[in-house]
Amino acid sequence: MSPPTNPPERSTRRDLERYAGLFSSRTRVMTSSATRDLMAMSDRPEVISFAGGLPDTSSFPTDVFAELTARIADESCARALQYGPTDGLAETKRCIADVMAAEEMTVDVDDVMVTTGGQQVLDLVTKTLIDPGDTIVAEGPSYPGALNAFQAYQANVVQVDMDSDGMRVDLLEETLDRLEAEGRRPKFVYTVPSFQNPGGVTMSLPRRRRLVEVARERELLVLEDNPYGLLRYEGEPLPTLYSLDGGVYVMYLGTFSKIFSPGLRLGWVVAPPPVLARMNLGKQQADLCTSTLSQILVQSYFAHHDWRDYVGSLTELYRGRRDTMLDALAEHFPPQAEWTKPGGGLFIWATLPDFIDTSDLLAAALRDNVAFVPGEGAFLDGRGRSSMRLNFSNADEDGIREGIRRIGEVVKEQVALYGTLTGEPAQAPPRDDAVADSAEPAAGDDGGARVVELPRRDERDRRARRS
Amino acid sequence: MSRVAVLAGGSSFERQVSLRSGARVEDALERLGHEVVGIDVGRDLVGRLRELEPDVAFVAMHGAGGEDGTVQELLEILGVPYTGSGVPACARAMDKVATKHLLLEHGVPTPPFFAFNQTAFRELGAADALPAIEERLAFPIVVKPSSQGSALGIKFARTAADVPAALVAAFSYDHKVLLERFVDGRDLAVSVLDGPDGPEALPIVEAVPREGDVYDFQARYEIGRTEFICPAELPDAVAERARELALRTYELLGCFGFGRVDLLVDGDGELHVLEANPIPGLTETSLLPQAAEAAGIGFDDLVGRILASAFAR
Repeated sequence: MSPPTNPPERSTRRDLERYAGLFSSRTRVMTSSATRDLMAMSDRPEVISFAGGLPDTSSFPTDVFAELTARIADESCARALQYGPTDGLAETKRCIADVMAAEEMTVDVDDVMVTTGGQQVLDLVTKTLIDPGDTIVAEGPSYPGALNAFQAYQANVVQVDMDSDGMRVDLLEETLDRLEAEGRRPKFVYTVPSFQNPGGVTMSLPRRRRLVEVARERELLVLEDNPYGLLRYEGEPLPTLYSLDGGVYVMYLGTFSKIFSPGLRLGWVVAPPPVLARMNLGKQQADLCTSTLSQILVQSYFAHHDWRDYVGSLTELYRGRRDTMLDALAEHFPPQAEWTKPGGGLFIWATLPDFIDTSDLLAAALRDNVAFVPGEGAFLDGRGRSSMRLNFSNADEDGIREGIRRIGEVVKEQVALYGTLTGEPAQAPPRDDAVADSAEPAAGDDGGARVVELPRRDERDRRARRS
Repeated sequence: MSRVAVLAGGSSFERQVSLRSGARVEDALERLGHEVVGIDVGRDLVGRLRELEPDVAFVAMHGAGGEDGTVQELLEILGVPYTGSGVPACARAMDKVATKHLLLEHGVPTPPFFAFNQTAFRELGAADALPAIEERLAFPIVVKPSSQGSALGIKFARTAADVPAALVAAFSYDHKVLLERFVDGRDLAVSVLDGPDGPEALPIVEAVPREGDVYDFQARYEIGRTEFICPAELPDAVAERARELALRTYELLGCFGFGRVDLLVDGDGELHVLEANPIPGLTETSLLPQAAEAAGIGFDDLVGRILASAFAR
């Protein structure tokens, strides 16, 4: 080989050290882990993945998409290719008002800012309100993408338990009292009240009312994240926190990702004007404005089609997939397993006997080409290790049946092995920490609810048969 | 100048690390003036190698498939010279149980252990022997899959009650697991590089968890949660002995080209060999490149030397 001539000095460890000295302290929380490497394996095409929170964009009619893009080329090409105002185009905000009206919310378009996906709202709210060490209260489990956004600003996140009626607001109040005694005043409470990610549960009306009261009593902001509210498969819609509060203490996060397309990266936030003004400055610094092309695509779609029809078709599609997954879980998971029965949204949260670590289970499942999200990422305190998040919106029904069968086989093997190792019968009693409260608790009765994650098994069976 | 196929990726759980190792090796080989083709190892591997007809293959794969002798066997069949250890050494080194038996037979210290496959528990009632095992090893006990190269599946049992779940976890990765006596000590990694005068032990790297529980194995593998010190601050005699043991382990396994031996040094300065990695990581944060750097061997030199050794087998 010939000697190199003046090889560029890059990729050496010394260089890395030089860059490492430049990293901000907040990047220290952005760790890379073996589990993350494991998750990356779920991208292989042969893997049936219940891991992502992906809507099924293949259901969007391609002829409609072609018509919309042709229309933009004809009617608004130059505008679509141009910068736009930081807070978004006025017509986009009218579309947003239309979407919010579908959930009985009235919004002043001046209180709306269009964002680059809902994820940007999480970033902007945190950027605006959080100094390092400030406290945010969230649900346990929480959406890991929100936890990451909070941690990036070095927030101190306290998680409040949930049961089948969503966040335990009584425990929230206890937590707030405790924090107050410690001299810590949380900056805001983060919640996904409807079809929670990853829990799949929905906050009951009494708890919604109480949460809004608590926010007022304590002058505490609430960030209501509602990506899935319109993807309801059964039951009557519940009022959003925003509509109960009128937008005084509740900030509202919405998105077109689950009702139209996550590829457009189009979300929004509704917040009290002083907070919104600060977030506007934050957004200017981040990306100047949200994609004008995406906004015009949405406007064009809303102007010439009934977006509710597509949401209706998604609802039909996902309802079937949810039912298929619930049936498959009942058929293939062992009796020691528990899972939520979401009335909407994209996720089921399943909890296995506590001797099973779902990160390790994922390794075994991946050998059988099936993937899910291990629960540990949804907690910051080491809980969730025996739980998993299962997405049912992206795989077809055959894939769901086969994937759940494969996971069930691996779980049953581990349950049997554990039984062999401990000398206990394989059919152990259900987890004593995951027995559930009644699925229909007495209205307003938060105090009586037990600390539980999931509906009781026989109750679940009954509901599964009913659906 | 050679036509070099850099093999990386594959479907092991260490795929991501391997892709990073491979990308970095490709850069270095290009700087060294070689014609480089990166291959993400998959079902078309044999076809691609036949089509490409490389002069040599640089194997930058970690874990099952790439580090256990499988890919090496294919390269032997195809007659393509390749970097690193041959089939038997890879097969032995990736099997922690086989490695430890070999070390014990030759008087190399390694923590006491017992190994089982699932059949032993399912069909031979090995669970009944657990109390005896626990008594002989004494708590705490480390439970590991035999073949996994990263921290995945390594569990720590403080009491007998922790053992069954730890075994279930370890069996998620491999049909064979070991229960090993926990040695409370400092983590050392000794990288070995073949040179003109035979294998040479490079400066020792010590891995120090930045925070938290010494039993948190995950922390040791997360960027930012572990600090690496090279050369490790050790008494000369201990450092010398660590290098000797690493070279002895490397030779007993029949490793070739390069490798890394992981050891623990306990409070009394006694050393214990844990395992050997026939293809240690070559990423920006990996230990072998750090050790080579400390020995005055830059990354490009390191890659050049490893490549040259492929022709010297």
